[in-house]
Amino acid sequence: MADPLPAERGEAEAIKAIPVRHPGRWVAAAIILVLVAQFVHWVVTDSALQWGVVGHYLFNSQIVTGVGNTIKLTIIAMVMGAVLGIGLAVMRLSKNPIVSGVAWVYIWFFRGTPVLVQLIFWFNLPSVLRSVSLGIPFGPSWFRTDPKDLITQLIAVCLGLGLNEAAYMAEIARAGILSVDEGQVEAASALGMTRLQAMRRIVLPQAMRVIIPPTGNETISMLKTTSLAVFVAYNELLGAATNVYSRTYQIIPLLLTASIWYLFMTSILTIGQYYLERHYARGALRELPLTPLQKLRMFGLRNAGGAARL
Amino acid sequence: MSAAGPSGSTPPMVQAQGVHKHFGRLEVLKGIDLEVAPRDVFCLIGPSGSGKSTFLRCINHLEKISAGRLSVDGELVGYRQQGDKLYELRDREVCQKRQEIGMVFQHFNLFPHMTALGNVMAAPIRVKKEAKGVVHERAARLLDRVGLHDKADCYPAQLSGGQQQRVAIARALAMEPKLMLFDEPTSALDPELVGEVLDVMRDLAAEGMTMIVVTHEMGFAREVGDALVFMDEGVVVEAGTPRDVITNPQHERTKGFLSKVL
Repeated sequence: MADPLPAERGEAEAIKAIPVRHPGRWVAAAIILVLVAQFVHWVVTDSALQWGVVGHYLFNSQIVTGVGNTIKLTIIAMVMGAVLGIGLAVMRLSKNPIVSGVAWVYIWFFRGTPVLVQLIFWFNLPSVLRSVSLGIPFGPSWFRTDPKDLITQLIAVCLGLGLNEAAYMAEIARAGILSVDEGQVEAASALGMTRLQAMRRIVLPQAMRVIIPPTGNETISMLKTTSLAVFVAYNELLGAATNVYSRTYQIIPLLLTASIWYLFMTSILTIGQYYLERHYARGALRELPLTPLQKLRMFGLRNAGGAARL
Repeated sequence: MSAAGPSGSTPPMVQAQGVHKHFGRLEVLKGIDLEVAPRDVFCLIGPSGSGKSTFLRCINHLEKISAGRLSVDGELVGYRQQGDKLYELRDREVCQKRQEIGMVFQHFNLFPHMTALGNVMAAPIRVKKEAKGVVHERAARLLDRVGLHDKADCYPAQLSGGQQQRVAIARALAMEPKLMLFDEPTSALDPELVGEVLDVMRDLAAEGMTMIVVTHEMGFAREVGDALVFMDEGVVVEAGTPRDVITNPQHERTKGFLSKVL
């Protein structure tokens, strides 16, 4: 128990005043509650939404396969984006003008054209290329293949989404790297670390604190952007829902089914992002913020403790 | 022992001959000549912008010198001489040499994502590839020596400035350097925290560590220093024993500076 307040020690009289009333807040709250109740009533009772159909398809095998493919696409595209992006960010910060110039042009191009255009581009590329070969530049080749075998539907989608994401991740990573104080690299160098060691052990872990929040946004955004794959007939979540409603014409309920899944997955990601941010806040904050579970426990303790002041 | 003259039979730990440094058109060092004897505490004083920090950073090649010769323990800093040709050292060789020179910064520059112990252990494990157990034992001993064994698991943000700077000293010592560079180690500290850092440095000097200290702490320089140099506008204005220079400055600029800081 902390020291008693001055008033409790009898040094001064505690203030007892009538608080200011806020009638406007009550009116606003009442209006909003009525509107929300109306909306909920419509959502629950209107037969057009066909909740029975939504429930029927929620765990339908086609839809669940679509969910799996959406997750697969999101992971592949984000890993590609993050790895390439960090590489591009380091290139952008290079002293070699060719290296930084190439990274600049890459980012300029992939940020400057719509991701849907890139997706359709990769999907159609095999039909215009005659062959793909690997060998000495402008010289003989050791390996030659038909582009149609090389760029499958999945690979086209991954290339489209991943290469585009890399451009955004590069800028996020660059901002993170630049946010780390120069003195950190200096201290690392003075201890004999190479530039690579300093980057990996000292700079990147600190840059993470700046990189993680926007990367979380990017991942959530990517989860939804994968729905563009519908344009190249890839069977992800929206594709699966489209396949079903093109047969049954139950468009609204299937879109609701897909939306429930998207919301569920983005919610999971939001929670994951919270804990990841907390992990990388080590050392930046004196006290880590409480997790919701810890807050709940504290709340329980406080109520159980009755008079204990926290 | 004199600051700039020949230092008798033992070869100098640091030797500078006509060291110049310019950033673009700005000339920061205009020909520095000095010698630091092994086991000496060598103090560098002077107004800000006089080039003393830059000179310190040249010693471990954080800055490249533009002209002159600079050597540590008989070996050129940043270059290798073969015949009459100079070859620039590779990054890896520069890093190798920096391992033998500890540096303590004005703003500590501790790694904020590591605990105090982690800060001390990082370089011996990552750079020298020493076994974790050995390093852990040494790191704990070093933290104990700077009076912080109970703060081993604290992150820098949880420590006071004086405690952070003592961790930074332990971190530099963990590499078992033969030379320690201190760049205004107490300038960013609250006055009441300066003493605890100077105490650690005093102990280090008593154990015979060669130290080059850029400082404004005249008391420390006079008490612990073996040699003192006053720099201004990129040149050595006056050199000698701390007592002589501080109590009996010969040069007008030295007198003017000392009258302001004493």
